[in-house]
Amino acid sequence: MKQIPTPTGLSIHHGETALLQAVPHLSMAEFREAVITSVEQGGRLAALFGRPCETGAVQLIAVVASGETGMLSLVSTAVTDAYPALTPECPQAHWFEREIAEQWSVRPEGHPWLKPVRFHAAYRHGQHVWSPAQDGELLPSVTNFFRVAGEEVHEVAVGPVHAGIIEPGHFRFQCHGEQVLHLEISLGYQHRGVERALVGGPTKRTVHYMETLAGDTSVGHATAYCQALEALAEYGVPARAQTLRGITLELERLANHTGDLGALAGDVGYLPTAAYCGRIRGDFLNLTALICGSRFGRGLVRPGGVGFDVDRSRISQLVERLERALSDVASAVSLLWDTPSVLARFEETGTVSRETCETLGLVGPAARACGVERDVRHEFPSGIFRFAHIPVSTWHTGDVFARAYVRWLEIQRSAAFVREQLAVLSDGPSRGELGALSPDRVAVSLVEGWRGEICHVAVTDTQGQLSAYKVIDPSFHNWMGLALAQRNQQISDFPLCNKSFNLSYCGHDL
Amino acid sequence: MLKVLRTRLQQRHRTLAYPAQKPTLPDRLRGRPIVDQQKCPPDCRLCANACPTDAITRDQTGVKLDLGRCLFCTECEQACPQGAIRYTQEYQLGTRTRDDLVMKGNTLRLAQALDDKARRLFGRSLKLRQVSAGGCNACEADVNVLNTVVFDLGRFGIQFVASPRHADGLLITGPVTKNMRLALTKTYDAVPAPKIVIAVGACAISGGPFIDHPEVYNGADSTVPVDLYVPGCPPHPLTILDALLRLLGRREEQCR
Repeated sequence: MKQIPTPTGLSIHHGETALLQAVPHLSMAEFREAVITSVEQGGRLAALFGRPCETGAVQLIAVVASGETGMLSLVSTAVTDAYPALTPECPQAHWFEREIAEQWSVRPEGHPWLKPVRFHAAYRHGQHVWSPAQDGELLPSVTNFFRVAGEEVHEVAVGPVHAGIIEPGHFRFQCHGEQVLHLEISLGYQHRGVERALVGGPTKRTVHYMETLAGDTSVGHATAYCQALEALAEYGVPARAQTLRGITLELERLANHTGDLGALAGDVGYLPTAAYCGRIRGDFLNLTALICGSRFGRGLVRPGGVGFDVDRSRISQLVERLERALSDVASAVSLLWDTPSVLARFEETGTVSRETCETLGLVGPAARACGVERDVRHEFPSGIFRFAHIPVSTWHTGDVFARAYVRWLEIQRSAAFVREQLAVLSDGPSRGELGALSPDRVAVSLVEGWRGEICHVAVTDTQGQLSAYKVIDPSFHNWMGLALAQRNQQISDFPLCNKSFNLSYCGHDL
Repeated sequence: MLKVLRTRLQQRHRTLAYPAQKPTLPDRLRGRPIVDQQKCPPDCRLCANACPTDAITRDQTGVKLDLGRCLFCTECEQACPQGAIRYTQEYQLGTRTRDDLVMKGNTLRLAQALDDKARRLFGRSLKLRQVSAGGCNACEADVNVLNTVVFDLGRFGIQFVASPRHADGLLITGPVTKNMRLALTKTYDAVPAPKIVIAVGACAISGGPFIDHPEVYNGADSTVPVDLYVPGCPPHPLTILDALLRLLGRREEQCR
């Protein structure tokens, strides 16, 4: 029998642009083969999305990331109304394929759990692909949930409105006594239609959409967007701007990781660390505010560079306040590792195996806590991270403890990076003028946000305007990780497991 | 145990002496914008054209700024060659009505206190349920931060509670998405009367960056009556705290 060679995709670096036509247009069989094989060989599905073609069909584009080579492989195919789902052979595709079905009314045949992810009307046909039971108006979480049968099994439904000051989502637990047999997470309450609104841009609102995709990741998403635009305009960002972007990206990580460690302490009733870290998180946010006036870095990252610069006296203020915050966070966090009652709750709670992590394609601290060395700054570095390397922080136990401990390791390494970069900040301009975007191109941009890999894919039309813009927040990959971490755990440990992932609702819902 | 105590000493007392003392704010904080209309050339609309949310309009009476739509970004300031528009460090921004947020000239009518009867009920104890209805987690985070030791919201008798049935009112963030409207309505209905509603952030006031998206309802007052508006994207925690204290009649000092 003749061996059919595995079709290869277009290989590009992220932050690089290619002609859309250069992306291999494969038959469905070849497309499936290409994606499934490259993921089996260690690749990771960074993006899989549809965009409408002039013919009325939908073009599917897959981006497979190879951490080993630092390359991205792009392939595409066309579908009309249905195609054989990839998910049974490539579980990483499961959420992407549900999204494609929802947005483009294309049915991935054989998908094991086909249902909406955001509960909105389809962008094509004006009709959705869901079963007749879901005909009529789509309402969030009005759908079939996975149920465990049995006399002693009961169901617990939580949300969308939660007890704390957090975003809305719905959680459906199948329980046997205190034990959770299965958790299904149903989102979409935060859906604001951002991707739809990005088409035809960039407009004067575009960068503001980016800063509010997930408001706690303003710098991360804005950087991913600017990198994509700069690739499409073939523009080189000034070195000083790259460094300032890197510094503020790490400040964002420092603030959020510190806040998460405090919240984890709070969830196990250890109030000293909870109280201190809640405050120190603000100290880090205020460092970002010292640079740009906004605690969340609004207005900071702009196409062509950064919107704010720092002079010597501001740098010395930053350094001084950074050192104070670091010394505070070190003593506050070290209490956790010295307190047996905290460790007893953290250890062996919400464990995700390395195998599950690889199968699902988890990203960020959640993946690194399973011992997987996955970090955009290391595997796909861009900007300042090409010159200044931050070691990848991992732990091997996959539990709440690991997710907490990885955050602590990252706090130390991010702080060292910020300190170092503030000391060597090069002279020169911090912003330049971006030209027009090249037409008929595609660019992929990756950033290691504090939750993990942020992936933006931008496609331009013949006029050089955005004809498609795909946003993949790390939460999109990781919500399923939380569901699996909760399996066979006590339901009372859910807040702890949830906080150890601390995923974004709006970043997922877009 | 000794280490716990040593850490406690190191972390010190950090609660702000607010409102007794003026707070220190970042020097680059973008607070209430002001316009020097003298500098505006006739028919110039550069700032209005640059504004991502159309918060700036200009007619015969001059330039009008709608703080309810304003993202406090830098676009208008950068677009103005005359330097006629700039942000001040003025963080006090909360108002009682939507109209008060539309600044004619440079004055802003800050929030008046609740009437006497409501103040007797809520003045020294206000329990709020927070509902995020499409918020991006920035407003939520800077509301949440009021619970930290820095602001220590509890000392003012204000507390966030877990159930709408235990609450005197709602604090709403986000533009009110289609998918959250029912949950918001139900939560509002579950709060026992009399009740108050506070809209925090550009999204909850006007839809913010998402104004007129078919997926959203352009703010909280599309769905429930609002008693207090706190503009910003997101508002600084002190902006939120100041507005809450004004509503309860515990802060009356006017800003310049």
